[in-house]
Amino acid sequence: MSLLRGTALSLAFDDHAILEAVDIELKRGEMLGLIGPNGAGKSSLLRCLAGSTQTDSGVLQLGEQRIEDIPRNEQARRIAYLPQQTEVHWPLSVERIIELGRIPHLEPWGKLSERDQQMIEQVISGADLLPFRHRPFNTLSGGERARVLLARALASEPEILLADEPVAALDPAHQLDVMAMLAEHCSRGNAVIVVLHDLRLAAHFCQRLQLLHQGRTLAVGKPGEVLTPDNLENAYQIHLPDSQSAIDTLLNITWKRIPK
Amino acid sequence: MLGEIRQARLLGLLCVIAGSLFLASLLFGSQTIPVFQALQETFADTSSVLALILTEVRLPRALIALFAGATLGLCGAAMQAMLRNPLASPGLIGSASGAALGAVIALYFGSAALSQFSLPLGGILGSLGATLLVYLLAGRNACTLTLILAGVAINSLSLALISLLLNLAPSPYAVQEIVLWMMGSLNNSSMDNFWIMLPGTLLGWILLLRVGRALDALTLGEETAQSMGVDLPRLRWRIFLAVALAVGSAVSVTGAIGFIGLVVPHMLRPFVGYQPGRLLAASALGGAILLLAADILVRLLPAQTEIKVGVVTALVGAPFFLYLIIKSRRYNQ
Repeated sequence: MSLLRGTALSLAFDDHAILEAVDIELKRGEMLGLIGPNGAGKSSLLRCLAGSTQTDSGVLQLGEQRIEDIPRNEQARRIAYLPQQTEVHWPLSVERIIELGRIPHLEPWGKLSERDQQMIEQVISGADLLPFRHRPFNTLSGGERARVLLARALASEPEILLADEPVAALDPAHQLDVMAMLAEHCSRGNAVIVVLHDLRLAAHFCQRLQLLHQGRTLAVGKPGEVLTPDNLENAYQIHLPDSQSAIDTLLNITWKRIPK
Repeated sequence: MLGEIRQARLLGLLCVIAGSLFLASLLFGSQTIPVFQALQETFADTSSVLALILTEVRLPRALIALFAGATLGLCGAAMQAMLRNPLASPGLIGSASGAALGAVIALYFGSAALSQFSLPLGGILGSLGATLLVYLLAGRNACTLTLILAGVAINSLSLALISLLLNLAPSPYAVQEIVLWMMGSLNNSSMDNFWIMLPGTLLGWILLLRVGRALDALTLGEETAQSMGVDLPRLRWRIFLAVALAVGSAVSVTGAIGFIGLVVPHMLRPFVGYQPGRLLAASALGGAILLLAADILVRLLPAQTEIKVGVVTALVGAPFFLYLIIKSRRYNQ
């Protein structure tokens, strides 16, 4: 059974088509990578799935239910969204930011329950944030910030996490840290849709890839099926000499983070 | 750096300070009165001078300072959180200048002399009208910047119309009355004033009761807040209406009292760990404290004419504002 299913999702701004009849499906336990060149519609698709942009047409289902029939708060408990750029507007401490992730679970007047506290502790240690928990967010480095924001999203225990370029502007080691957190979330029976530009990371971490180009799905399937010389040429306008062997290298590369 | 304090402890402390200042406000004035004796005489129902001073002069003044100050502090914190802009004030979306315009129209046409209700009513209507205009101008799904710009435009228009009325005023007396009113004062407060201001103020407060969590979520930006279940257009509408009602009611009774809504949230933010939701209640109490203190100060200053409390808050607030600018300049370097 699919956790999330979008059928024929379309979106246009001022007659300019952003998404044209895009289908998307997400199964439990999987990490789906959304790839494609800039302007392909990846972020827009993610925003539509997160509910912050309304599609012009198409059907979006969460499990068996249409998304419109699910109360806003329940949606927020089941789907977490990590936008491309998140600005934290006040110098909150790391712990306070992660607490925000529990908002969808709180009663209007309720305080953090023991269960909430437990989850917060778990996420803080899982994201390796213990040494920073009392530091103001604005004093953290880029890599630390990315981990805090992801930890905030994970703190709501979403069965679906939508992450828009969570590794942009991170060095390779921090990229691996973040991807490992996403993989771990999937391994607990949840699912992730992640927008990536780094095809090596996409090939290595995602069970399936969906390649978008000009608002349409160009290819979807296992990394080896999607990352073909033809698809890369069509979507990214790049030509690789001896492309198949280059792609084989891409697919078989092994990443390992040196333990800290 | 000043650290976070537990919410119950912080609110308790602020309550004690506000309560003490409220009592002091009953005690001090052009003449210091023995409060307990006055209270006794009030309850003994003898229409003594002391009882009269207490119930007809001091009490309404203290009550209005308490409620108006709390309103300004609360609305300032709500506005800064909603717009995620530390320089936002409750007046930013037109409520204060709209209220001033409404009140000035009432003064100008002399209807204020006919009925004591027409000035505050003019103020509340002006506030609601100006806020509605800002809302319509910016549109339902406006971004923060559009909202601020719309607020600036409506504020300028209100101020221009006030200037026009001053310009065309029939007599110097009318001009003086308007200018003095605009300075903001708790002088001549009566219990009637308080009762007029109360419903709008309380309604505004009630509307702001449950926005704390949504404002917390907004710390992470509008998109993230929406994905966390916040209905953004509804939140905005709620805060707009609350600020228009509460600030409109307060300003129409007290005149323009600036800087409280701007400064108080800043002073208290470190103590609540910068959490916008927690700041609301603290900022309300802080606003009440600041206005009560300023109003006691103007009564104690040895001056021929009593200095207007709005002048004092601006004199304290403006340098603090400068300090904020210098601090943010250093922070950005």
